[in-house]
Amino acid sequence: MDIDLITNILYAMIRTGTPLLIVALGELVCEKSGVLNLGQEGMMLMGAVVGFIVTLLSGSLLLGFILAMVAGVLMSLIFGLITMELSANQVATGLALTIFGTGLSAFIGSEFVGKPIEGLDPVFIPVLTDLPIIGRMLFGQDLIVYLSFILFGAVYWFINHSRPGLVLKAVGENPHAANAIGLPVFKTRYLAIIFGGAMAGLAGGYLSLAYTPLWAENMSAGRGWIALALVVFASWKAERVLLGAWLFGLASILHLVFQGLGFAVSPNLLAILPYLATVVVLVILSSNQTRSRLVAPMSLGNPFHARG
Amino acid sequence: MIKLEPRGERSATMAYLSPVLAALLTMLTGLLLFTLLNVDPVEALITILYVPISDTHGIAELCVKTAPILLCAIGLSVVFKAKIWNIGAEGQLLMGGLFGSYIALQLIEAEGFWVLPIVLIAGILGGMFWAGIAAILKVRFHTNEILTTIMMNYIALNILLWAVHGPLKDPEGFNFPESALFGDSALLPVLIEGTRVHFGMALALLAVVAVWVLMSRSFYGFQIKVMGMDAGAARLSGFKEKRLTYFALLLSGGLAGLAGVGEVTGPIGQLIPQISPGYGYAAIIVAFLGRLHPLGILLASLLMALLYMGGEMAQISLGLPLALTGLFQGMLLFYLLACDVLISFRIRLNPRKVKTSAPLTPLASETRG
Repeated sequence: MDIDLITNILYAMIRTGTPLLIVALGELVCEKSGVLNLGQEGMMLMGAVVGFIVTLLSGSLLLGFILAMVAGVLMSLIFGLITMELSANQVATGLALTIFGTGLSAFIGSEFVGKPIEGLDPVFIPVLTDLPIIGRMLFGQDLIVYLSFILFGAVYWFINHSRPGLVLKAVGENPHAANAIGLPVFKTRYLAIIFGGAMAGLAGGYLSLAYTPLWAENMSAGRGWIALALVVFASWKAERVLLGAWLFGLASILHLVFQGLGFAVSPNLLAILPYLATVVVLVILSSNQTRSRLVAPMSLGNPFHARG
Repeated sequence: MIKLEPRGERSATMAYLSPVLAALLTMLTGLLLFTLLNVDPVEALITILYVPISDTHGIAELCVKTAPILLCAIGLSVVFKAKIWNIGAEGQLLMGGLFGSYIALQLIEAEGFWVLPIVLIAGILGGMFWAGIAAILKVRFHTNEILTTIMMNYIALNILLWAVHGPLKDPEGFNFPESALFGDSALLPVLIEGTRVHFGMALALLAVVAVWVLMSRSFYGFQIKVMGMDAGAARLSGFKEKRLTYFALLLSGGLAGLAGVGEVTGPIGQLIPQISPGYGYAAIIVAFLGRLHPLGILLASLLMALLYMGGEMAQISLGLPLALTGLFQGMLLFYLLACDVLISFRIRLNPRKVKTSAPLTPLASETRG
C-alpha cells in the first residue's frame, strides 16, 4: 500500500465519519438527559432535503445548512411535544418520527431528485494541509468537518466539565431527584431534544450539501440508526463517540481500500460492512449486562411525569 | 387553559376510538395539505380512498396488497404483545423472498404439487432464520433488538441486491437484475379466476385466525401476554422467558418470510430487487393501529393497502409524488400516539385541583436493561 492510498483512505474515513459523528453527538446529549430519540434517521432526512432545496433555490450553502438545522429542530419538537406533554412511549414516538421523516422528505424532495448543486469545497490550511499522511485527513477537509471537531470539543467539555452538563446528567440519571432539588427537568430535556434535532439536521445537510451534493430518497441509508448504536458503543462517552464515528467511517469506505488493493468483491456485499460492524459491536458491548446497565443513563427511555 | 387529567384507569372506549380518531385527523391534515398544493381536496380524497376500490379489479388488487402487510403485522402483534420490538419484518420478508426464490429457481423444471409447499417452507425458514439471529443475540447477549433488527433490514436488502445482480440473475435476462421466471409449479394458484388474488390472501387470513386462537385461547399466548405486561411476574410464575422470546420472534419472522415468498411466487413470479415497497415497516403501523388485535389488524391492513393504492392513483391522475403514501403512514402513526394519551388521560378545560394518589406511569414501558 502506498502513501497516497493511505492518505486518501484516512481523508475519506474522516469525511464519511463526520455525519455519523455530528448526529451521534446530538443523540449523546439527548440520551444523557434520559431521552431516547429513535427518530434520528427521520430528522437527518428532513435536514438533508430542506438543506438541499434551500441551497438549490437560494444559491447559499450557509442558508441551506441553517435551515437544515431548523428542519431538524422542528422535527425534534414534534417528538418532544408527544413524549413530554402527552407522555407517549419514546420508542414508538421515535420510530414514528423516522417513518414520518422518511415519508415527508421523499414527498417534498420528489421534484429535486438528481438536480445538481455546487457542493461545499474543502478549505486548505497553509503548511498543515501539506503534512504527510495526516495533512489531508485533518486539515484538507471542508468547513463542516472542522466544525465537527469543534462540536466534539464543545460537547466533551459541556458534559464533563460544565455546570449545565452536570444538570443534564442529573436529569438523565434520576429526574425525580433532580426535580426535588429544583433542577428544571422538562426544560433540560427539551433543550437536549432540540440540540439532538439540530445536530441531526446538520448531519443530514452535510450529506446532501457536501458529502454527495445531491438529494436522493432515503439517502441517509441507516446512518441515523448507526449513530444510535454508536452511542451505545461509546458507553455514552464523547471521546469514544468520536473514535467510533471515524471507525465506522472507515468501515463504510472499505470498498475503496479493496479497490486500492486490487480485490474484486461485490459492492453490495461490501455495503453490508457498516451494518454488520454495528451488530457485532452491539453484541460485544451488551454481552456484559451489568456493565451496560451501569454506563447507560439510569432513566433512559422513561417518561417523567411529576409536573405542576 | 387545557389540562390533561389522569383517568385513574385505562379507558377501553378510547383504546378503540383512538385509531379512528387518528385516521380522521390524518384525513383532515390531508385535506389541508391538498388545499395548500392547489389540488381540489375532495377530488384528491376520492382519488385516494375510493377510486382504487371502485371496481372488482380494484378490490382484487386491494387483497393482493393486503396479504403481505397482514402477514407481517399479525406476526408483529405477537412480538409486540411480548414487548419485544421487532422492527425487522422488512428484512425478514426480504429473506423469505430470497430463500423461496433460491429454491424455486433450483426446482424451475420440476413439476408437481410438492414444489410449491417446499418453496413456501423455504421462504418461512428464511424469515425465521433472519428473526432467529436477532432472537439469539437478544437472549444470549442481551443485545437491543431494535438496533439489531434495523441493521439486519439493511443487510438483508444488500444480500438480496447481491443475489439478483449475481448468483440468481437470469443468464438469459439481458443483464437485468432479475431472476428467471419461476416454473408454474412454484407459483401460488389464483384464488379468484380473472383476478390476481392468489392463495397468499387465504394463507394470511388463516394466519390471522391461528394467531387469534394462539393469543386468546392457548396457554402459550397467555404467557406471552403476561411476559409483555410484567416480565418479573412472568419469571416468578415460572414462565420460560427465553423460550417465549424465541417463539415470538421466530413466529413473527416466519410469517414475514411467508409474506416475502408469497410476493415472489404470487404477483411477481420471479425475484426482483423491489419485492416490497416497505411492507415490513408499514406492518409496524398496522400492528399499532389495529391495537395488536387480529380483527383490528385485518382492518388496518386493508386501510394500509388502500393507502398504497391511493398513493399510486394520486400519482397517476393528480401528479402528486408517490411518497404521499409514506407521508400519510407517518402522520397516521403520530396521530395515533398522540390520541393514545386519551386512553389514560382526559382533557379538562378549566382544570380544578385534583388529588392524584397513584404514580402516573400507564404509558411508560421498559425499553432497556
